[in-house]
Amino acid sequence: MSEQAHGPEHESAHPEAHEGQGVHVEKWEGIWIRISVAMVFVFILAIVISATAFGISVPGASGRMDPATLNDADNPFSQPGLRELAPGKYEAYIVAQTWNFLPDRIEVPVGSQVTFHITARDVIHGFKLAGTNVNVMALPGQVATLSATFDTPGDYNYICHEYCGYVSGAPIGHHTMYGVLTVLPADAAEATQSTN
Amino acid sequence: MSVQAMPAIGIKEQPLPAALTAKDLKTIDRIAGINIVVAVLALSIGALFGVFQGLEHAKVFNIYPFLQPVIKTYYQGLTLHGALNAVVWTTFFICGFFTFVFPRSFNRPLRYPWLSWVAVITMIVGLVTAAVPMLTNNATVLYTFYPPMLAEWSFYLGLTLLVVGSWIVGFNFYFTYYAWRKENPDKRAPFLALAITITMVMWQIATLGVAAEILFILLPNALAPVLGFPAPGLDPLLSRTLFWWFGHPLVYFWLLPAYVSWYGMMPAQTNGKMFSEPLARLVFWLFLLLSTPVGFHHQYADPGIPEIWKFIHMVLTMGVGFPSLITAFTVVASLEIGARARGGKGYLRWIGRLNWGDPSYAGQNLAMILFIFGGIGGIINASYNVNMAVHNTMWVPGHFHLTVGSAVTLSFFAIAYWLVPKLTGHKLFTKWMALAQVWTWFFGMLFFSNAYHTLGLLFSVPRRTMLGEAPYYDSAWNPQMMESVLGLVFLSISATLFFAIMLFTWIIPRKLDKPIEMPVAEPLNPNPAPKWLDTWWPWLNGAIALVIISYGPMLFQLISNMTTWSKGIRVW
Repeated sequence: MSEQAHGPEHESAHPEAHEGQGVHVEKWEGIWIRISVAMVFVFILAIVISATAFGISVPGASGRMDPATLNDADNPFSQPGLRELAPGKYEAYIVAQTWNFLPDRIEVPVGSQVTFHITARDVIHGFKLAGTNVNVMALPGQVATLSATFDTPGDYNYICHEYCGYVSGAPIGHHTMYGVLTVLPADAAEATQSTN
Repeated sequence: MSVQAMPAIGIKEQPLPAALTAKDLKTIDRIAGINIVVAVLALSIGALFGVFQGLEHAKVFNIYPFLQPVIKTYYQGLTLHGALNAVVWTTFFICGFFTFVFPRSFNRPLRYPWLSWVAVITMIVGLVTAAVPMLTNNATVLYTFYPPMLAEWSFYLGLTLLVVGSWIVGFNFYFTYYAWRKENPDKRAPFLALAITITMVMWQIATLGVAAEILFILLPNALAPVLGFPAPGLDPLLSRTLFWWFGHPLVYFWLLPAYVSWYGMMPAQTNGKMFSEPLARLVFWLFLLLSTPVGFHHQYADPGIPEIWKFIHMVLTMGVGFPSLITAFTVVASLEIGARARGGKGYLRWIGRLNWGDPSYAGQNLAMILFIFGGIGGIINASYNVNMAVHNTMWVPGHFHLTVGSAVTLSFFAIAYWLVPKLTGHKLFTKWMALAQVWTWFFGMLFFSNAYHTLGLLFSVPRRTMLGEAPYYDSAWNPQMMESVLGLVFLSISATLFFAIMLFTWIIPRKLDKPIEMPVAEPLNPNPAPKWLDTWWPWLNGAIALVIISYGPMLFQLISNMTTWSKGIRVW
């Protein structure tokens, strides 16, 4: 069995003599490279504009909290749930744990702005509010904070989207871990308030 | 007459080139063959679980109750699917393919052939060590193994050995490269050998992150109960960050071997030439430079990492898209040369004259077409705030079944269609089966990934979830679920064909029509590439500097504020 030498063989003893240091680029290839560079810059620019002008951002630096302290009386996560800060402004403390969210029902009137504080008790969980950009990882030791305004009435599922375990035969597991945020229409919200 | 000493100036001692003998080739081919057998076996099990998962998602058939004696849960199967397909199939195939090509490209034996044996044995011992806890449901942590979820120690030890084995493959290439350079100081390294070495060096830098995670965080915690010392505890965010240092360049470790073939081999399979050999080198150098400092784009949704670092990694991720954009032009131009040499005419009609009758060519071309969509999806995922719409939804498996599942895997199938006949000396069984295989994979993945992308984007359906049992399952998902099942039907046929082709080609000694040569594309322009495209220090130092700049400050902060609050937990 014999094999030929493969690949470019350049036998010149002095390759520098007949070659520059530049790369020869064909006309259309050069045009495509310029288009590629322009595309990359346009994409980055679009992201910068959407993040600054429209304020669409990603979770950032956060608070830290020892998961062992979540049940302490002075810890806001010891009473997970919704708190009204001002009319139309709420904050929600949510604990993700195997295998449920505390709380798993939240109701707010339409037009409300809700600031979510989310942490995990045991392993890593996920939190995505279906149909919205509210999407964050819940990590033990970290408190994620993000807010959203709800202008359309309806039920929004918040679903754990990071695998967090399941024991064979158990009635609950990662795939049953979800909650529902209900945005009440204006009249229903008033009705609820008046009955309270 | 006087005797003058010869002037010593100008005479450098140059070792004689070592010849590549038939004996060397036999060893190389045996090692390559072992790698490919392991790769294909791993894929056969991994792919089977993929079908089970897809059928469960669509509520067509939940097989898991029937697998009970062996496989306890959906998630144990999912761990096997991810680990066997994304890690074992890829790594073993790549190491086998590279071991075959690298010495032939240099036309020189490996510097230490025994080191290749050490490498492949280390990898196999690692695979077996990690497979035992996975198969006994003691490591159901998925292939990302995010702590505090903690597997049995042997899972981490096995993974470590697998990675160390792949490092040894690289080390042997570096020694060989160095020896070749000594023998050939004025030549340009052949493209294939250079591209392979760059890929292995990139892998070396990338795997440092996961090596640190395993050695300093996971193994101490996993070994604590075995050795009887108190578990030190761990920081989930630091662990994730070290994982994703590795997790994204991992995808380039899968992709670059396909690029090696697309640039340096595939044009020769359709009578083409490398349109622009120096640019191909530049593309590989850019991947060395930009593959690693991009990992935070997998952590856009993580709390605890400031937005500015996510933004910096976003810019670098967009940058690593650039060499793939060049590839889209340059590889297609190389193929067009071939199509025109085969009589192709017109602006687009030449496409029909490509070597579509050869399954090895057709498979790679179809892989490229799917990678157009995979690449566009990748740019969307990288787009910072846009990612919030799709992060951890079914969009993501939709995406990576186009990239690693199609661009890479379909290319590897196609490479196997010349490589396995070459290694066995048997004719491919058969050309028509192989053509059917690559086309069914193409259409299967098209339907499957389209359905999953849509489920994620429209309905926020979560990934990594036993959806058929989920209380929030919505009948609105049915059309896409049915589309994904259609894709699965094609994929099941395709996978079955692939394993049959591999098995029958191996065991049935059909005589080859003519000896098989490794395809090598010659450059269109015979002038050698400039020396700066054959010089390591600027690129290697640049890559290290970029990793330090983009990871250094954040890692310093994470390590100096490290907590040990979390303890390893078994939640399966």
